[in-house]
Amino acid sequence: MSNSDIIINIVRFILLVFLQVLLLNNINLAGYINPYVYILFIVLYPLDGNKGLLIFLSFLLGLSIDIFEDSGGVHAAACAFIAYIRPVVLKYSFGVSYEYNSIKIKKADPMERLTYIASLVFMHHFVMFSLEIFSFKHILLLLKSTLFSGLFTIIVIVSTMILFNRQSS
Amino acid sequence: MQQIIFFFIRNKNFLLFAVLFTISVALTIQTHNYHNDKYISSANFITGGIYSFRNNITDYLNLGKENEQLLQENLMLRKKLDQFKEVVNVEKLDSTVLPNKFTYYTARVINNNYSKTKNQLTLDKGQSDSLKIDLGVISSKGIVGIVSDVSENYATVQSILNTESRVNAKHKNSGHFGSLKWDTKKPNVIQLVDIPRIAPLAKGDTIVTSGRSTIFPEGILIGTIKDFQLDKDNNYYYVNIDLFNDMTSLEHVYLIENKEAKEILELEKGVEDVEQ
Repeated sequence: MSNSDIIINIVRFILLVFLQVLLLNNINLAGYINPYVYILFIVLYPLDGNKGLLIFLSFLLGLSIDIFEDSGGVHAAACAFIAYIRPVVLKYSFGVSYEYNSIKIKKADPMERLTYIASLVFMHHFVMFSLEIFSFKHILLLLKSTLFSGLFTIIVIVSTMILFNRQSS
Repeated sequence: MQQIIFFFIRNKNFLLFAVLFTISVALTIQTHNYHNDKYISSANFITGGIYSFRNNITDYLNLGKENEQLLQENLMLRKKLDQFKEVVNVEKLDSTVLPNKFTYYTARVINNNYSKTKNQLTLDKGQSDSLKIDLGVISSKGIVGIVSDVSENYATVQSILNTESRVNAKHKNSGHFGSLKWDTKKPNVIQLVDIPRIAPLAKGDTIVTSGRSTIFPEGILIGTIKDFQLDKDNNYYYVNIDLFNDMTSLEHVYLIENKEAKEILELEKGVEDVEQ
């Protein structure tokens, strides 16, 4: 990771936390659907970055959201989980090649990129909602929240990436 | 020994993940226990400050609606005052010596969520404004929740839209009481359970707080009966209630302190000790 990468990631971390707690957590589409776009930090974290550091930073990211949301540690757990599982997801979405020649996530094939984002988002949402709801009685609510919030998150993440990609190129 | 060290080095990412995951799950489970001392809550200096900052901006958007609500409340209070005056004229009571069991505080809601299963609100007042844990929170239209945590300048409230909340409530006409639960489905419908089947319920009947706990005084409005059915044992009603309050748009709330709560709780505790 170069110095500019470090600065970009620090700024991204802070901006995403603020965006999430001040704006996105208040959307409540149809009463319960919110996009959890802050995991964009984990999605965009450099592929050659330190994996242990990513797990720790993701935990901090989730915990910051939790403090604002009064939700204990549900976001922290979900973030630590997807940060840990990320190498596996990278491998099956981009193929083994990602380990040798460093693919840029922003420039990868759109379908592969979508698989990668969608897998991370759904895993994150599933862990988060299961911990938040924490009962088998509400399994339908759990699946419904995961599906709809997940779709919303994916749409917002993909459009954010397209938007910022255009600007930089 | 070397093997153990190698094992740790090889699996350092997994171990780090396992430790962090365990910590977060522990934090989550801890919040499921009602008002334990929480380590993680939005009643702290930084988050409270950021939320008040946001509210200073967004407050202006709701001024019209807020004004209307305050006007209506003023009207209602004025009517009550008139009724009270008539009584006082007859009896010549001095209101300053009337025993007032309850103290009221006001606060502003700086963060409100209602889309989760365990919803919390954050208020812009805390210990320094003499708020404490377990005060009842109401708005001008009805019940909101119970204070679950306080810091120096902020407080968090466990909303009635929280699967952990249990508030005692009664059917206003007959006085039969039960407890409020929330099935997480809609933010404007809450459930009342354990109402005995002999209670003469009807659609549209008013449900109020029962005054059986030390938190809420009797007769705080909750909502009207939407529909009801008997539970599977056919002994108790399961009642859906339309809330008077719009939990999705709360700005100003009142907090109620029962000054005799401590005395009552101590007395009740004494009774329990004797029984044991």
